[in-house]
Amino acid sequence: MGRKLIELSSNLLLAAFILYIIASFVFAISVTGKRWGKQGEQAHKQKFGSIGFWITIAAVLAHASYIITRWIGQGHIPTSNMFEFIAFLAFCIAVAFVIIYLVYRVPILGAFAIPVVFIMIAYASVFPRTVTPLIPALQSYWLKIHVTTAAAGEGIFAVGFAAGLMYLVRTIDQSKDSRSRRWLEGTLTLVLMLVGFIITSVVFNAMDYKAEFQLNVDNTKSVVEYKMPAIAGPQDAVLLTDSAMKPWFEAPGWMKGLNAAKKLNTVLWSVLSGLGLYLLLRLLFRKRLGQLLQPALSDLDPEMIDEISYRAIAIGYPVFTLGALIFAMIWAAEAWGRFWGWDPKEVWALITWLFYTAYLHLRLSKGWIGEKSAWLAVIGFIVVMVTLVFVNLVIVGLHSYAQVG
Amino acid sequence: MNNVKCECGHVSPVGTVLCEACGNPLLEEIKQKDSPLDMRYEGAARRSQTYNKTIIDKVWNFFSSVKIAVYMIVIVLVASIVGTVFPQEMYIPVPKPASIFYEETYGFIGKIYYLLGFHNLFSSWWYVLLLLMIGISLVVCSLDRMIPLYKALKKQKVKHSVNFLTRQRLKAEISVPAEWGVKLDQLQGFLKKRHYEVRREGDSLLAEKGRFSRWGPYINHIGLIIFLIGALMRLVPGYYLDQYVWVKDGETKKVPETPYYVKSEGFTIDFYEKGDLPEDVGLDNLQGVIKQYQTKAVLYENVNEGLPGSEPKLQEVARHEIIVNHPLKYKDLQLFQSGQRPQAIAALNMTLVNEKTGDKLGKFKIDLYNPQTEYKINDTTTIKMLEYYPDFEFTKDKKPTTKSPNPDNPAFVLNVFSPQTPQGEKAWLFLGSYLPAPGTENIYGYEFSMPDLTNITGLMVRKDKSLPVIYFGCFISMLGLVMGFYWQHRRIWIQTQGPIVYVAGHTNKNWFGLKYEVLDVFKKASIPVSLVEHGKDGKKVD
Repeated sequence: MGRKLIELSSNLLLAAFILYIIASFVFAISVTGKRWGKQGEQAHKQKFGSIGFWITIAAVLAHASYIITRWIGQGHIPTSNMFEFIAFLAFCIAVAFVIIYLVYRVPILGAFAIPVVFIMIAYASVFPRTVTPLIPALQSYWLKIHVTTAAAGEGIFAVGFAAGLMYLVRTIDQSKDSRSRRWLEGTLTLVLMLVGFIITSVVFNAMDYKAEFQLNVDNTKSVVEYKMPAIAGPQDAVLLTDSAMKPWFEAPGWMKGLNAAKKLNTVLWSVLSGLGLYLLLRLLFRKRLGQLLQPALSDLDPEMIDEISYRAIAIGYPVFTLGALIFAMIWAAEAWGRFWGWDPKEVWALITWLFYTAYLHLRLSKGWIGEKSAWLAVIGFIVVMVTLVFVNLVIVGLHSYAQVG
Repeated sequence: MNNVKCECGHVSPVGTVLCEACGNPLLEEIKQKDSPLDMRYEGAARRSQTYNKTIIDKVWNFFSSVKIAVYMIVIVLVASIVGTVFPQEMYIPVPKPASIFYEETYGFIGKIYYLLGFHNLFSSWWYVLLLLMIGISLVVCSLDRMIPLYKALKKQKVKHSVNFLTRQRLKAEISVPAEWGVKLDQLQGFLKKRHYEVRREGDSLLAEKGRFSRWGPYINHIGLIIFLIGALMRLVPGYYLDQYVWVKDGETKKVPETPYYVKSEGFTIDFYEKGDLPEDVGLDNLQGVIKQYQTKAVLYENVNEGLPGSEPKLQEVARHEIIVNHPLKYKDLQLFQSGQRPQAIAALNMTLVNEKTGDKLGKFKIDLYNPQTEYKINDTTTIKMLEYYPDFEFTKDKKPTTKSPNPDNPAFVLNVFSPQTPQGEKAWLFLGSYLPAPGTENIYGYEFSMPDLTNITGLMVRKDKSLPVIYFGCFISMLGLVMGFYWQHRRIWIQTQGPIVYVAGHTNKNWFGLKYEVLDVFKKASIPVSLVEHGKDGKKVD
């Protein structure tokens, strides 16, 4: 029974993933394809916007069913390891999008926000999907309350990010070189690097690629298993796997620890594949990415998208405060006897909160609207992602229950 | 400086930007322009914008500046990021002093990190000072803005100057429609249906809703201040206790700094077993996955506590199975499941042997947690314990020392007194081996038999009287956030001035919603209106 439910939940997640991809295409067509049909532009936009919306609803339902079936299947809420948490965060982004969409009814928002959702699901699937029994510290009803609320807040921030990015694509002048234009290309490339990471992980995983290195850590011989070809190998290590690619260079000596070089290698693969994707797109379309996306947004009122971005963050901020800080403090007091312990994850939750606090003060008191505000919305979500990815995987602390498999 | 008089005749206090009565700009340079009026704080006089002479003014102005507040937030933010690059001192994974650890592990960068004090960032004086300054800024910013805003909103009148109305961000001018009186009544009705509070003066009205949301930010700030006060309260003696106690199975131990004693009636580690998870979830191997740590604990109070010279007299006050997430709570005291040493060596069982003859002289037991100073082997032989290092190691200059009080690597210096060795015979004793003093040949040796094993539970002892204050602060803060972010303060002015009806709208956020609402009520009253949205560029930066 359990295994069947878990299998069913995996299939439901896959269904949601596919539906999200379809929905984002439909949302994109609602604007870009408006001159195709016989019907008027407005009618076309409305029709496709509404089709896209309903596909999104179907995807959200499938996604919710994934959560429920996995929950029943394993007996605890699926938010207890990296795979489960990121898949849940993707769900929160989708729900936040649905709410914001119902308020503002801007179909093209779906073409930016929904890709964030399916990229997240793809990213989640890079991590091991096996059911993890709850360690003692996670056995509390606060796991449901704290993690879900924090994810909800981050999900709403993600919609603010998507809208902020749209504002930048819409308003930054592509005809002349500027810092904004370069930074926008950089930001879009960053997204491509995440995509690159997902693609390379999935491909090498499918190939079942393995390369083992033997090295000395703290005077004991250890073996590290790379799952991607080693661009950067560990320092003074011996490659044990014959068929594997020899490292191009060794990781610098200051990177200590058994897995440091492996992590560096993963980052290198992400950066290189992201840059590769970027070059490919540039060659294919002979346009900058900003330039490529801009026409889709040409009839969007910049003030409207600015307001959507701000609104999303204004809605998300109290939710994030409650989930990521207050509930976290109550749980920490229950579990560890202190409500705050300066654990890296706690500090990063505080950093995220301070960042959005600065955003709100700059916007409300200093009149930072438009481009400045949009940049902050974009950076804010990058901070969220850093908290999620970097802190969980790189910095070790109480919350690092998830490791790369 | 003098109070300022407006064209309408009203005298507003010095520093006022928009006349308290009619909203007309009082400063010439604002009056001349056509840009939308800066409606923050309703153009009321703020102390920080009015006075800048004395030291107090300057300090006040420093802390009331949002710009300064944002700078402080950003500094704390960046410092915090740096503070997570390497583990903080309290999270160092190996028992090494910080002065060595950082350089050894992270090289030169680590050394710099340590020297700059980032290894203890969050309790460093400047970090705490910044947090305190943010706290002061919260108070000053709030007072500087909230009081004038409150007064201004309380005093506001229905009718305003035309200049005020035409310079709102959302506005319209229409010629007076037919049957205006009836239509205005209708408008009033529709606005009321939308939960507006409507004040009417002849042919003019002011519809307002959600004014309380303007207090949201200040209530949130008050909550944060309460929170910070709560955090500071922990510095008051007796408000906060942070201790740790290791208890063996069956042992009763004093809880440090309290009149209590705790007994462990058994510490257990449960592992996941087959039936614990729903069947067949793909986890066939649950071996070694810990399900729960559990201590059966009994808490006693020492009734004689404080009586000098008296023996402890224990009275049971609480009994609880402590597991992670479920501490034992008694009054202010909390005991958390926090550490474990299952199957730890509790005592060494040894036999004293005459190495020359092979005679076994007798057995003795060294309790590692409570070693005796003397062990009697038989009528003529005793062993004296000269030194005990529970967690033995050598210092840099090769002197014996102990790393911790936990008997992880016990070592002793024993001295045997017997008829053969009236002066005593010294030997070093380690786990499973012994070593005579250098250059001597000992008569006596030691035989090790199976040591006593026990489970030891580590209980974190906490008392935190500030917690209710901290939670209360969180609650107030959340209340303010919800008020401020999920509601908006919306106002709609409709004013008839001769042949023209001026319509203006203001909200502190969500202009989209306000626009929709204005259009909707006018549509319902079938009055055609085209709203003008004044650009946002007029928003001034202070």
